[in-house]
Amino acid sequence: MEMLVASAIGLMTATGLFLILQGRSFPVIVGLTFLSYAVNAFLFAMGRLTINLPPIITPDAAYTDPLPQALVLTAIVISFGMTALIVVLGLRGFLETGSDRTDLSLAEAAKEPAAAPDSDPAGTPAGEATRA
Amino acid sequence: MVLWLIPLLPLIGAILPALLIRSGRDVCAGATGFVSLAALALLLSQAPAVFAGEVVSVSLPWVPQIQLSFSFMLDGLGFFFAAMILIIGLLVIVYARFYLDRADPMGRFYAYLLLFQGAMLGVVLSNNVILLLVFWELTSLTSFLLIGFWRHRADARQGARMALIVTGGGGLALIGGLLLLGNIAGSYEISEILARGDIIKASPFYLPALVLILIGAFTKSAQFPFHFWLPHAMAAPTPVSAYLHSATMVKAGIFLLARLWPALAGTEAWFLIVAPVGLATMVIGAWIANFRDDLKSLLAFSTVSHLGLVTMLLGLGTKMAAVAAVFHILNHATFKAALFLSAGIVDHEAGTRDVRRLGGLASLMPITATLAMLATASMAGVPFFNGFLSKEMMLEEAAHTTYAGMAWLFPVLATLGALLSVGYSARFAIRTFLGPVRHDYPHHPHDPPVGMWLPVALLIVPVLAIGLFPGAVAGGLVALTAGAVIGGPLPDYYLALWHGLTPALIMSAVAFAGGAMLFLTQERMDALRRRFPRPEAKALFEAGSSAVVLAARRATAWSHDGSLAFYFRVILAVLVATGVYAMATASHEAGTRAMIPVTLPALIAWLALVVACLATVMRHRDRLLALILTSVVGLIVALGFVQFSAPDLALTQVSVDVVTTILMLLALNLLPKTSPNEFSLPARWRDGAIAGVGGLGIGLLAYAVMTRDGASIADYFLAQSKPGGGGTNVVNVILVDFRGYDTFAEIIVLGIAAVAIFALLDPRLPAGALKRVRMLMPQEESGDVHPPMLVVAARALLPLALAVGVFIFLRGHNQPGGGFIAGLVVAIALMLQYVASGYRWVADRKRIDSQAMIGAGVGIAGLTGIAAWAFGKPFLTSTFGYFTLPVVGTFELASALLFDLGVFLTVVGVMVLSLAQLSRVGQSVDPLPTPEQPMDLPLDAAPLHPQPREA
Repeated sequence: MEMLVASAIGLMTATGLFLILQGRSFPVIVGLTFLSYAVNAFLFAMGRLTINLPPIITPDAAYTDPLPQALVLTAIVISFGMTALIVVLGLRGFLETGSDRTDLSLAEAAKEPAAAPDSDPAGTPAGEATRA
Repeated sequence: MVLWLIPLLPLIGAILPALLIRSGRDVCAGATGFVSLAALALLLSQAPAVFAGEVVSVSLPWVPQIQLSFSFMLDGLGFFFAAMILIIGLLVIVYARFYLDRADPMGRFYAYLLLFQGAMLGVVLSNNVILLLVFWELTSLTSFLLIGFWRHRADARQGARMALIVTGGGGLALIGGLLLLGNIAGSYEISEILARGDIIKASPFYLPALVLILIGAFTKSAQFPFHFWLPHAMAAPTPVSAYLHSATMVKAGIFLLARLWPALAGTEAWFLIVAPVGLATMVIGAWIANFRDDLKSLLAFSTVSHLGLVTMLLGLGTKMAAVAAVFHILNHATFKAALFLSAGIVDHEAGTRDVRRLGGLASLMPITATLAMLATASMAGVPFFNGFLSKEMMLEEAAHTTYAGMAWLFPVLATLGALLSVGYSARFAIRTFLGPVRHDYPHHPHDPPVGMWLPVALLIVPVLAIGLFPGAVAGGLVALTAGAVIGGPLPDYYLALWHGLTPALIMSAVAFAGGAMLFLTQERMDALRRRFPRPEAKALFEAGSSAVVLAARRATAWSHDGSLAFYFRVILAVLVATGVYAMATASHEAGTRAMIPVTLPALIAWLALVVACLATVMRHRDRLLALILTSVVGLIVALGFVQFSAPDLALTQVSVDVVTTILMLLALNLLPKTSPNEFSLPARWRDGAIAGVGGLGIGLLAYAVMTRDGASIADYFLAQSKPGGGGTNVVNVILVDFRGYDTFAEIIVLGIAAVAIFALLDPRLPAGALKRVRMLMPQEESGDVHPPMLVVAARALLPLALAVGVFIFLRGHNQPGGGFIAGLVVAIALMLQYVASGYRWVADRKRIDSQAMIGAGVGIAGLTGIAAWAFGKPFLTSTFGYFTLPVVGTFELASALLFDLGVFLTVVGVMVLSLAQLSRVGQSVDPLPTPEQPMDLPLDAAPLHPQPREA
């Protein structure tokens, strides 16, 4: 069973990593969802795997480790919050720009150095303001 | 106590001129002067103690971990410099009131000036090297603001930038040097460092510390080869030049040399470095000054030269030379400030400061001319002026100095420096004020208002007084200051006009004769000079800084190409490489923990997960498919939680998965439905390889941990859950009790995320965005937007779901459940109404605002925590008790339940707000008229008229 869980964690991680390397916002968000599945499962697995020993106090007195569970529970909820935020960020970005690329467009990148101020060695700006 | 106020008063008072400029220029200048005057009064109140030989000091720890403290000390040297800063500052403030144009922002000018004054006072009064560094950097910054005060002028901006880069770069070296010095001495307090000179000079770190400190001091005081920034800083308004570049800031480097003189001076290295640098600066500066046509530029190079003179004297390392240095600092401050102010008057009145366009001003502006020529005489070292006295002492010292076996070097070059100084002084005075009156000045010159010439006159008083009666006027102050520099008994000397026929007098005579010759042959010398190539410092500096900027820009453009995928790739590649290296160098032994046997259902689930993952990788460009596959994976993860004893996690995962999927579906509705194929096959293989190795590493790591036993800190929680937290569901007790603080912070983060989402999806989107939304809305709607079966089921389920939510919430402390899960269940039930009946239908019926719900949730959780204070317990301490009601019987109630209620409310609010906001974006541009009551089933058989929508 440990083998199955470990390979599943590895596979989910690999899927998530592959997807965040894509150049569009939606695959990146899906990739982050995969990564959060993988990370949650990984954290959970740090408490070792046990069957039928939920951390509910009973007279039998044998339990699995509750601490990773508490950590993962909050992690699940907070990763929802973060996913929602980046989904909305990506959406708003797309609506504003008409593109869901996760890089600057090449045209913008080419424009950048030229637009930087104070680039000429003499430093004399073209339109020098007169003294007010 | 008073000591702190001296530097702090101008720093805090800097706000006054900025505010009071609205009340007029006189009020503004008056307030500035008042601040300086107050600081001066405070300083003078300490004078009796200082003159009695005391060292006044105060100290307050600031950051004790790095031995940084607000400690100030006032000894002779500090007093001398502080008095100079404040007195010349006052004169400059008066002068600037009349100098500045009506269009100049005077409030800003005086604010900068006071900031600079405070920083400068901090430098000279600090008794802690780190504090000194702070003030040192502050002088660089404020001088940048002052030099660039006329920000519309390119030369001012460039001069300011050059000054900042050179002095700031020197400041960096100084930081290293002073920290080394403090480490060697074992203390960062200057008074301690000064007492440990022998330890410092014997240390192997002495030389690096010395070199770094000297770089700092030389850049600040414009010593060769860093002298080039000072003339360019002359683009500043004249009061700034007079204040910063003659009297104060450029003296900061010299001050530092004088301050640390007992700790650093007297060694071979000190003499071999400092003295020749000073000598070279003196000669080179004076040489260049002879060929400058701009009065201020001439004075700037003259200042460089005189600073070199002082540096050389300090570099000689003898006590007598230190006395001469102190004396010359005093004399130079008086005559040079007067000269700068005079040059400013000439510029102001005649409209130019080019000596080629001036001449004959003596009869047009007699007061200014008289004052300026007196000051020039002092600069040239004419007898009966104070400049003569300190120059004689310098020549006397140089005459006795043998450098590297060359007895002639220092005397000859010192005489040459004096000669050149006579040459440019003559040029300054004669070419400006004497000669025939001209008629082509840009303005017709006349004497300025009294406010402008009075400061000059006040500066001339000491020039003459010290020149005639040196011992009586300056003897005490020089002895006090020199005593502080030397840190021991003073040498046997006396300040007097006539010392007899000394070598120095002969050298002076040679200098005067040679200087006169130079003045007469200036034009021929200039022509000769122009034949040789001269390095143009400014061009070199600009070329150097452009090259650095270009290199930085290239590096940035390469490493920050704006592509998220590139950044991720680099980060992941580094992480993967590190992980591979760590795994390759570690030992690998199989774990010994007994494994759980594989069951058939588990194997099937695993297979489903593998297929889903692989399919996602292969087919992710079909976004809807990718989304469905994602939720499949999420469900299998939830099943895993069920299998491995984590019922709470399974419940949470399932419900979050539902919400996430709905959210992503809503977003996908407004996004392109497919991703283009942008990457080449090799690129995809490369990304696949990175991802594959990363996944393999994580999998192996998880496997390695799971097959080994380990100690857990969980026993405490398991043991204390029931007796301490009053609940049997340990996970829930951890969340709301043991680690309640984390949960509290978490719901706050959730709330913030929801508010951010709300703000990002403001329905008032820009027009372009609205157009895009319209284009993306599906062209084909299903015939039945709100299918009756779904509507009926959703409405029937709502009360049931709410009941389940309450149930899960209440039992959460003892059984799987709790605020998080209950919140998710209720949120899903509410969302179902949006899905079934439409946004508007729900929005019209919703009575509780989602934001209010989030606020109430965080508020309740916080108040529950605070309530513990009322019982004298720390924040978020929980309690519980047993209560008996009729019918229900005895039950347990924990205060943590209230905290969980806060969690519940926050979760419901966040979920509903995020999804409702998303669906609203589509709704706000929905071209289809929505029936007023879309799915109130036609029991009333009302015709579904498209009615005008309410706004």
